[in-house]
Amino acid sequence: MEFNAIYVIVARELKKFVREKSRLFSAIARPLLWLFIVGAGISRLVPREAGVPYTQFIFPGILGMTILFSSIFSSISIIWDKEFGFMKEILVAPVSRFSIVIGKALSGTIVSLIQSVIILAFFPVVGFSLDGMQVLSVIFICACLSFCISAFGIVLATFYESYESFSVIMNFIIMPMFFLSGAMYPIRLLPDILRIAAHLNPLTYGIDAMKHVLFPDAQGNMAPDFSLATSALVILFSSLFFVVLAGKSFERKK
Amino acid sequence: MPIIKVQRLVKKFANITAVNDVSFEVEEGSIFGFLGPNGAGKTTTINILCTLLSPTSGSASIAGHDCMNEPSEVRKAIGIVFQDTTLDKDLTAQENLMFHAYLYNVGKDIRKKRVEEVLRFIDLYERKDDLVKKFSGGMKRRLEVARGLIHRPKILFLDEPTLGLDPQSRANLWEFISELPRKHNVTIFMTTHYMEEAEVCSRIAIIDNGKIIALDTPSELKKAIGGDVVYIKTTDNLSTKQELERLFKLGVTEKEGELSMTCPMGDTCIPEMIRTIGDKVLSIRIQRPTLNDVFLNLTGKAIRDEEATGGDNVKESVRAYRRRH
Ligand SMILES: Nc1ncnc2c1ncn2[C@@H]1O[C@H](COP(=O)(O)OP(=O)(O)OP(=O)(O)O)[C@@H](O)[C@H]1O
Ligand SMILES: [Mg+2]
Repeated sequence: MEFNAIYVIVARELKKFVREKSRLFSAIARPLLWLFIVGAGISRLVPREAGVPYTQFIFPGILGMTILFSSIFSSISIIWDKEFGFMKEILVAPVSRFSIVIGKALSGTIVSLIQSVIILAFFPVVGFSLDGMQVLSVIFICACLSFCISAFGIVLATFYESYESFSVIMNFIIMPMFFLSGAMYPIRLLPDILRIAAHLNPLTYGIDAMKHVLFPDAQGNMAPDFSLATSALVILFSSLFFVVLAGKSFERKK
Repeated sequence: MPIIKVQRLVKKFANITAVNDVSFEVEEGSIFGFLGPNGAGKTTTINILCTLLSPTSGSASIAGHDCMNEPSEVRKAIGIVFQDTTLDKDLTAQENLMFHAYLYNVGKDIRKKRVEEVLRFIDLYERKDDLVKKFSGGMKRRLEVARGLIHRPKILFLDEPTLGLDPQSRANLWEFISELPRKHNVTIFMTTHYMEEAEVCSRIAIIDNGKIIALDTPSELKKAIGGDVVYIKTTDNLSTKQELERLFKLGVTEKEGELSMTCPMGDTCIPEMIRTIGDKVLSIRIQRPTLNDVFLNLTGKAIRDEEATGGDNVKESVRAYRRRH
């Protein structure tokens, strides 16, 4: 592993992130709109279920959404880099493809961790009273999930050569991933096919793990679907899988 | 010892053979030119040499390392300026260079010094904190060449380094590039469509349709097409014509009051003329064959000198538009 290379790939991404304030703004605005507008609307229908108010129930889902969007946006900036040629500068350098993937995945992780921590800071507004341990655990889960989704985003980016494909990714990958993650409704209530799809979605496990931390006593429909250990293993192995897959697809073109 | 060795290289894309059985060697410290029209296979060859593309068959090695099996050794040994810019336009000049220094693991203590040094070398030190998107084409090109030098490569690849520049900047950049082998101890492999640029090469390969159709020094290539044309104006064309024909045993033609003859070595031929017909000469000029003539002679067609700028600009603005939306 080339630490200098990883460092500079991350530093570049962060520099650009800091320079583009508008990007941070809209990245924060989206989840807040969902939380306070969609959430508030639906909570009129489902005010409280098994002791958990709806706006609290979707909170881990909103964190997941923040991570999903910002990690994938960050990773598919690789498509821009390809289109504007900068990727070639990276690919001809004596740096292993693995380090490039790690660098990119860490960039996505940091950027989306920053955003999810900002959203997490809204927890008192939705009526949570969390202790320090809970906050730290959620942040830790957010970090792992961000890494996993960023790595997934890199795999996606390696399949596309131009930004035209962006709306395809948005409509057929990001949105379904969000809707089938247990973010807005418990996946155990979904019809079979959709439930199976949700089980194949790494985001589901990240959000589920956060539910463990945020509602330790929830019962019935609002309770987590998997054990914490299952979620942790799925996140770990899918991260590894995506990193290896992404590294492979960066190999020389035939 | 050749520093680049290419043997029987072939690269096929779906239905075209972009590189068709190409072999050549490049000596260390020389400037090697790849000259050919659009689509000749220049960039494809570079992409294979710099480990971005696998060849269909054949072999290539750089500084003793095989391009297919030891990509990381090859990558350490080379610097590249690609045909299309590969700068990050949203970073400053200095940040682009620093990025490169880290990427190539340039030591902590010399990183800053090297970056500053090349920035001064290309006269952009004062602009180091400006975003690259504010740079002119020539400045970007210089910056890319400088970036390629930061890690002290043994070989620098330049794929049409002066593409899209005005004649003035082309000349400047060219002067800068031709000093590199001496100043930075680097071998240069360059491609171009411009004949004038190729003339500075130690050796030139002329490539057309994926095949090398000639490979020699510029002067030998020119010699092959028959030498220089000398034009003479005299007070008495008729007698001079006869005198010259007797002296050189070469055909002399008269056109618009001017005599012209093709001689193998114009520079030695002129003094001799002056000695015999000196008092009648009004003016003498010599025209050397250009590589354009060489190309024309070899392929039967003039090299296309399309400026890619028009098309590029459209592409750029479409991209910029998309990026904003
Ligand atoms: N990725 C690719 N897929 C299919 N065909 C390709 C690809 N890259 C290049 N070609 C084809 O290979 C041929 C050689 O292209 P190449 O880019 O090497 O030419 P070039 O000599 O660099 O031309 P130019 O002077 O225009 O840059 C062209 O016919 C081109 O269309
Ligand atoms: Mg080319």
